[in-house]
Amino acid sequence: MHPLMNRYRDAEQRRLAALLGVPDPAAPALTRRRFLQATGAAGLVIGLDLAVPGAARAAMPGVEGAATGPLAPNAFVRVGTDNLVTVICKHHEMGQGNTTGLATLVADELDADWSLVRTEYAPSDPKLYANLVFGDLQGTGGSSAIANSFLQYRSAGATARAMLVAAAAETWRVPAGEIRTAKNTLTHASGRRATYGEMAVAASRQAPPVKPELKPAARFVYIAKDRSTPRVDSPSKCNGTALYTADVKLPGMLTAVIAWPPGFGAKLVSFDATEAKQVKGVTDVLEVPEGVAVVATGTWAALQGRRALKVQWDESASRALDTDGLLAQYRTLATQAGTPFTKPAADAGAAAAPAKTVEAVYEFPFLAHATMEPMNCVAWLHDGMLETWSGHQFPTFDHMFAAKAAGLPMDKVKLHTLVSGGSFGRRANVWSDFTVAAVNVATAIGGRAPVRLQFTREDDTGAGLYRPMYVHAVKVGLDAQGRVASWQHTIVGQSIMAGGPMAEMMKDGVDPTSVEGVMPTIYDLPMLQGTLHSPVLPVRPLWWRSVGNTHTAYVMETMMDELAAAAGKDPLAFRLALLGKKPRAAGVLKLAADKAGWGKAGRAGVAQGIAVHESFETFVAQVAEVSMRNGKVKVERVVCAVDCGVAVNPDVIRAQMEGCIGFALGALYYSEVEIKGGRAAQRNFDTYRALRIHEMPRVEVHIVPSAEKPTGVGEPGVPPLAPAVANAVAKLGGPRVRRLPLTRSDLVET
Amino acid sequence: MSLSLTVNGARRDFDGDPDTPLLWVIRDELGLTGTKYGCGIAQCGACTVHVDGRTLRSCSAPVSAVAGRQITTIEGLGSRAAKAVQKAWVELDVVQCGYCQSGQIMSATALLEQKPKPSDTDIDHAMAGNICRCATYHRIRAAIHAASAQLAG
Repeated sequence: MHPLMNRYRDAEQRRLAALLGVPDPAAPALTRRRFLQATGAAGLVIGLDLAVPGAARAAMPGVEGAATGPLAPNAFVRVGTDNLVTVICKHHEMGQGNTTGLATLVADELDADWSLVRTEYAPSDPKLYANLVFGDLQGTGGSSAIANSFLQYRSAGATARAMLVAAAAETWRVPAGEIRTAKNTLTHASGRRATYGEMAVAASRQAPPVKPELKPAARFVYIAKDRSTPRVDSPSKCNGTALYTADVKLPGMLTAVIAWPPGFGAKLVSFDATEAKQVKGVTDVLEVPEGVAVVATGTWAALQGRRALKVQWDESASRALDTDGLLAQYRTLATQAGTPFTKPAADAGAAAAPAKTVEAVYEFPFLAHATMEPMNCVAWLHDGMLETWSGHQFPTFDHMFAAKAAGLPMDKVKLHTLVSGGSFGRRANVWSDFTVAAVNVATAIGGRAPVRLQFTREDDTGAGLYRPMYVHAVKVGLDAQGRVASWQHTIVGQSIMAGGPMAEMMKDGVDPTSVEGVMPTIYDLPMLQGTLHSPVLPVRPLWWRSVGNTHTAYVMETMMDELAAAAGKDPLAFRLALLGKKPRAAGVLKLAADKAGWGKAGRAGVAQGIAVHESFETFVAQVAEVSMRNGKVKVERVVCAVDCGVAVNPDVIRAQMEGCIGFALGALYYSEVEIKGGRAAQRNFDTYRALRIHEMPRVEVHIVPSAEKPTGVGEPGVPPLAPAVANAVAKLGGPRVRRLPLTRSDLVET
Repeated sequence: MSLSLTVNGARRDFDGDPDTPLLWVIRDELGLTGTKYGCGIAQCGACTVHVDGRTLRSCSAPVSAVAGRQITTIEGLGSRAAKAVQKAWVELDVVQCGYCQSGQIMSATALLEQKPKPSDTDIDHAMAGNICRCATYHRIRAAIHAASAQLAG
């Protein structure tokens, strides 16, 4: 154990650790995290782990030993003698607000006082902290954090409450049923009263309930109560104290940057470090599997060293790769049959010739995630172990690949998960690129010191791991009544899952993330025939906020408008006629239309476009109000309706819808990584542009009241935005946009 | 030769490369990590600090250029306007990932210190240099107006 920790291994910790049955009090990640947060150990709860006492825990199945910590439910909540409630969050906070959401679930069932609730991030331990949607994998993605935790975290809170109540009943010699709880306080009609902190030790001796009773919705105090639980991370993110990977400081820590291959598939030939090593502060220049690492005492020295480094690359294999060539190939593929992703139609060939045919080819670019915090990771090899600090969105993958890179067993690797400055999918990758590269640098310097690997913006944007390029070719036949009679749909684009650890989720050669939104679709289109081509490229593909829905929703929802126009019907009515089997989709569509005043005369020069989509089991419809001046698009207002089941934190849901709308609008306007000569042509915000404040429309969010199980909101606000805007542009007399971004059609200021 | 800086009211000496961008001096040398690196080319505003009360993208300013000037980082904010901005930011839960928000708050504070009642156009001009990839712009605008109202009240 490194010496820094000794300061915190005080008597109090030892006492509590003994109570917990944990032999080494510094072993849990929380001790070190607490150090890192520089909040000071003394004033904080170490936490009295109250849900399962040592003896009960030892008797529970599946517990491998006390040192690995208690099993559920107490892996999620602790109550301290200082009356603070600590919620241990298994999900990664990258801005979407799930830390607040998970704490809300516990606090509600526990009847906690929100001002006394604290949060911390769980260590990498899939036995305790798996995402229940992902099976035995600990990770955050697919807008599933609250959805999979809804009962688990409530149960954890309810268990803690039941034990506090049982302890009070025993102490006061009154029936448990007569004890009331509210705001961290237990009360009895006799006048007895105790805080949770005062009852915590006694509660820790109680047996946990076998099946804790959960509240009916009518008794919720925080869940679905608007603004009752403000974000737990607001204060630290408004005063500069929130700790990101970039901010981690360890004694003697070095900073590394890597000279990465300039193109996709470029190979290192040789390098000359003579001048780089002359830069003051540069300590090492070393080959690593990723390229050439320049290690220094500070960031600027590392960057200057990299600038002085001479590297020869072999780009002969990569130089031919370019966007224009790829697009030509994809367009050709789109005319050919690929792997079917729908069942063959029962009456194939029997359909009568359509009265009208609508055909379109759509083209989507590579997209970088462009998180505000460029990728980074701190790695420290010491005392036969490895520790990493990063925004580990998929701890299980990062843990596995870090261990492999370090040549250590997984139990000698400790991950410290910190908040990250955005991800949008980037930090959830099955190569764990930022983690592995940091471990490789730490290994290359022989574990001499902790080392922070920092990507520059250019490194990150040029690294690949993009939302893949896609081409869709769609041909739809309408009958004489304007109803859909046939639908042929071809999709061309890299598979995100193929060739990686997620490949087993593919079925019959079809990556579901390539087709989701077309198959399945919310619309009743049994005649839809789909075929897929999944070309393999040296550019690594990755999910990007809402994944396949980023392109499928655009195609389906702009096609719906084209079909409605061809059939002479209102776009809203045309959609509703096909949504008979999806009442929740119809519901959000009608709500958004109603709130936006769909069909009513609006302001002159402003047109409304509408779109609806289901992703991650959440339904979102948006009406975009768009004007055009001098041929340039301006989105003035977006009215959004969302149905995500029980709205656990309404204000977080609104924030996610607002953010999704701005994120998607920026991509629609500007985002494209072009590949030229095998290299990414856009590397920084000057060419890979993001939406700015003056381009942000007014946003109005309406949440459908619902008792359905909660579903995610981090991504589902993205898919409908671009087609809603494109549909309004067509209404204003602009082109039917089939190639993104809008810069390709000269529809935005550049 | 050593440079003398005034950061958050305290004198700090720096004897490294005078071309080092102020950002890396603040973060790596002075340990003030609230100011963030986002792009290195003054495009995103995550590194925004105040120099003599005006915003500066610290990633693109050599430290030698600000020697002897009053530098304020997020850690050193204390003016009435700054407090109103931070309060409004928390009350409206502006933040999401939060990484850009130090820079946003620095820009918003400088705006309100110069123009206590900014129009939407003033906000556009003052804030357009600060990118938020979470697109919290809707709430940033609302929070600036709320802070302005608080200052007037």
